[in-house]
Amino acid sequence: MTTLIVVLCIILAGIVFVQIGKLTELTAKIRGEKNAEYASNYWNSILGVIFMICFLLYCVWSAYDMKNYFLGFGPHTSASAHGSSLDSVFKITLFFTGIVFIITHVLLFWFTYKFHGREGSKAKFISHDNKLEVIWTAVPAIVMTFLVVGGLNAWNKVMADVKPDDKAIEIEATAYQFAWTLRYPGPDGLLGTKNYKLIGGANDIGQDWTDPKNYDDIKPDKLVLPVGQKVRIRIVARDVLHNFYLPQFRVKMDAVPGMPTYFVFTPTKTTEEYRAELKKYPEYNEPADPKDPNGKKRWEAFEYELACAELCGNGHFSMRREVKIVSQEEYNKWLSEQKSFYLTSIRNTVDDPNKGKKLAIDPIEVAKDTTKVIIEEKKEEGK
Amino acid sequence: MSAIANHPETHEDILIREQGYDDHFHEHHHGDKYQSNFITKYIFSQDHKMISKQFLITGMIWAIIGAGMSIIFRLQLGFPEESLLWLKPLLGKWITVNSEGIGKLAPEFYYALVTMHGTIIVFFVLTAGLSGTFSNLLIPLQIGARDMASGFLNMLSYWFFFLSSIIMFYSLFLSTGPFSGGWTAYPPLSALPQASDGSKTGMTLWLVSLTFFVVSVLLGGINYITTVLNLRTKGMTMWRMPLTIWAFFVTAILGLLSFPVLVSGFLLLMFDRGMGTSFYLSEIFVDGKALENVGGSPILFQHLFWFLGHPEVYIIILPAMGLVSEVLSVHTRKPIFGYKAMVFSILAIGFLSFIVWAHHMFMAGVNPFLSNFFVVFTLIIAVPSAVKVFNWIATIYGGNVRLNAPSLFAIGFVSMFISGGLTGIFLGNSAIDIQMHDTYFVVAHFHIVMGVAAFFGMFAGVYHWFPKLYGRFMNETLGKIHFWGTLIGAYAIFWPMHYLGMAGVPRRYYTFDNFETFKHFSSLNQFITIAAALVFLIQLLFVVNFFYSIWKGKKVTSRNPWESSTLEWTTPIEHIHGNWPGNIPSVHRWPYDYAKDGKDFISQVEPLGVGEEDSGSH
Repeated sequence: MTTLIVVLCIILAGIVFVQIGKLTELTAKIRGEKNAEYASNYWNSILGVIFMICFLLYCVWSAYDMKNYFLGFGPHTSASAHGSSLDSVFKITLFFTGIVFIITHVLLFWFTYKFHGREGSKAKFISHDNKLEVIWTAVPAIVMTFLVVGGLNAWNKVMADVKPDDKAIEIEATAYQFAWTLRYPGPDGLLGTKNYKLIGGANDIGQDWTDPKNYDDIKPDKLVLPVGQKVRIRIVARDVLHNFYLPQFRVKMDAVPGMPTYFVFTPTKTTEEYRAELKKYPEYNEPADPKDPNGKKRWEAFEYELACAELCGNGHFSMRREVKIVSQEEYNKWLSEQKSFYLTSIRNTVDDPNKGKKLAIDPIEVAKDTTKVIIEEKKEEGK
Repeated sequence: MSAIANHPETHEDILIREQGYDDHFHEHHHGDKYQSNFITKYIFSQDHKMISKQFLITGMIWAIIGAGMSIIFRLQLGFPEESLLWLKPLLGKWITVNSEGIGKLAPEFYYALVTMHGTIIVFFVLTAGLSGTFSNLLIPLQIGARDMASGFLNMLSYWFFFLSSIIMFYSLFLSTGPFSGGWTAYPPLSALPQASDGSKTGMTLWLVSLTFFVVSVLLGGINYITTVLNLRTKGMTMWRMPLTIWAFFVTAILGLLSFPVLVSGFLLLMFDRGMGTSFYLSEIFVDGKALENVGGSPILFQHLFWFLGHPEVYIIILPAMGLVSEVLSVHTRKPIFGYKAMVFSILAIGFLSFIVWAHHMFMAGVNPFLSNFFVVFTLIIAVPSAVKVFNWIATIYGGNVRLNAPSLFAIGFVSMFISGGLTGIFLGNSAIDIQMHDTYFVVAHFHIVMGVAAFFGMFAGVYHWFPKLYGRFMNETLGKIHFWGTLIGAYAIFWPMHYLGMAGVPRRYYTFDNFETFKHFSSLNQFITIAAALVFLIQLLFVVNFFYSIWKGKKVTSRNPWESSTLEWTTPIEHIHGNWPGNIPSVHRWPYDYAKDGKDFISQVEPLGVGEEDSGSH
């Protein structure tokens, strides 16, 4: 019934509009077509100016209203070392484009108003002006050069891989429909080899259990990282394209089946520090769940999150993992509490090629020494 | 024509005098052998004007379907809690009803709608509906030709588009649903039927449909290029062509060079899907099984796709730019400012569009070093684009502007192109793209710059050339309501999306509830959805106006109602086969002699006065 009423209303509105249209056509005939045209020119050019003013005011107001979500403004500053360079390229671009946006809009609608057709007015014959054209070709070219140099400078630094003497943790993130598997190298600092054909059962990423480097690898359900420590994420996809996306850290990279990619970054704020920052802003002091006004506030509920940013199928929107940034001490403690995936889930099951045999390297012994988490060098690329 | 006598006779002139300039000298009457019955006149017509109408109306039907789909998925994004049970009669099993009787849009159909919306609007509406309509209508009329170089290929071009449309439409009703992997159809998702229901028969039909579509584009494009190069009337040098023709010409070249690359990408994808090859597949474990395929690269498809995909956005926007240039010049009663600069910027944009494709792939896992080149070329495009914007604004300066529906839409186009173009400077810079890639910022950017702007160009064109198409005017008042509603509404939809993007909200999410970072924008999403629904309703006003005016609109009483100097307005109001009764007029000047020497306008067919210089020659 409501559908019918809505449809009828729409049809009625259509008829009303058509009638208005016919009526104005008729009045135009009575008033004289030319006069009607001049009147319409006048009113529409005025409307143009009103639109321009309202639109620009709306842009400024809405930008002010949303300022805390702009890159590099308010609490939305980057939580990683490289992120600030990208935030500053954003700010510079915002500055230049903002100026151009306002000037061109003012001119566009102001000229429309100033030169609207009226009784007795005539157009000027202006076909070109070489000097003017050279200026407005050169100025954008110069500004663009400036932005390109700034942007590429930041880009090449951000995207650089770790150097041999860098002290970085390498962590692997494997994406599949529709979740992530995270893998830490364990005490030996090296990720074990993999083969996608070994995937099956508990072995969800195809670790090769004949490779001793796999014995101590751990697979936690959260991405926990120490603050101030360079991390190299090795990004892998198991089935289709995915994207490893950490919004607060300005990290994004596709996960490609058959071709591991990487992203190197250094977290600079712990989860607690980021929450403390958020607490200062009123919008983050509202309840996190609108249905539960007395529950956690938004800053309290805040967690860093890992999301997928490349369409990967029907569950694309649900690939969440929590990310925790903690101090080095907390991290060491957390890491020492993690159990080797091999020992907890594979050892002495049917999948274990070493079933019943004593291991050449005892992962329990190695696991006691958690200081070795830092890779000296990526000597061997796991597959 | 007496004008010929003013010049000393050359060898060519003698040939023309003896054998006639155009194809055949007899009078062209309505209803000659090519248009003798209903079928040859309205259905399998070879007349460019009729084919143009066919493209336009098919495009409009697709636009309504494509835009309607966006309203349905916007309801899911804006009002995730509301029951969509009322859509069950339309969508059937894709509305799932839970125990409380609340109807929900199934995620797989949400993704199918998103995918179809993109495919339909990009290819069927803004490529076929825009370029197909206006290239067909205006190329022969504005260069002074009887028809396209090949009327038959032209007819085939439409009917391949029709076939492609039918196949795509059919795919909407499959039990596994239409393709749902995004309009870019990235493998492995699109290659593996196991990975998603939409990648089953839906994807097969999607590939077949778009392959036929490419055939249509190529047949049309070859025709446009040939016609522009060979069938210009006497005196119509390249530098005397209206900017519309320049735009259509470059568009056709872009299509001809880039669409075959897309087909090659599709062909390899079909092999991967059906024949066990591994062009795009490597080391995949899906649906409980490890596939045999190794050594392929999904990134190869992205290169092939975007080698078309990027020129494609210029295939969409260049015709709109051409239409806007022409409409602005006519209705400001002024020559377009910097005609040659406009032509060179079209050529520059066309050329650059081929060497920027990987800016869609900054975060796809390609070598970051390679991105340096693509950043540079991408941001260079801002320069010719800026020149065009400044020239349009300068065209308005000093004019005697008629603010009717066509010119308002042209002005709206300039505003949209500025807003959307400027955000492109953010995204083209790879450093910022790290954060912005695949967020709502991108959605806002491309919808404004190539979606809304192209639609504005199309509307300007339809309102302006409606008298040429149907011999009647569209209703002005409805046109103006349509304009203001759409201008304000379109900004209301897409402007807030920039903020969502800056906050990091990713596109193509069915719901944001899972993420603390993305979930707190429900009022903004509601606002966008309401604006989208209103804008959709306002477009229906255009549809009503369009069909009402075909039969009931105010009649055109003079050949040249807009007092325009271009050739299409020298033809009779009534459409005849061959366009001009008698000889095709010769051209003596550039197309933008408005306000020259105290005259309101001087038609291109008017010979130069004594000592007068062609204003387009410098």
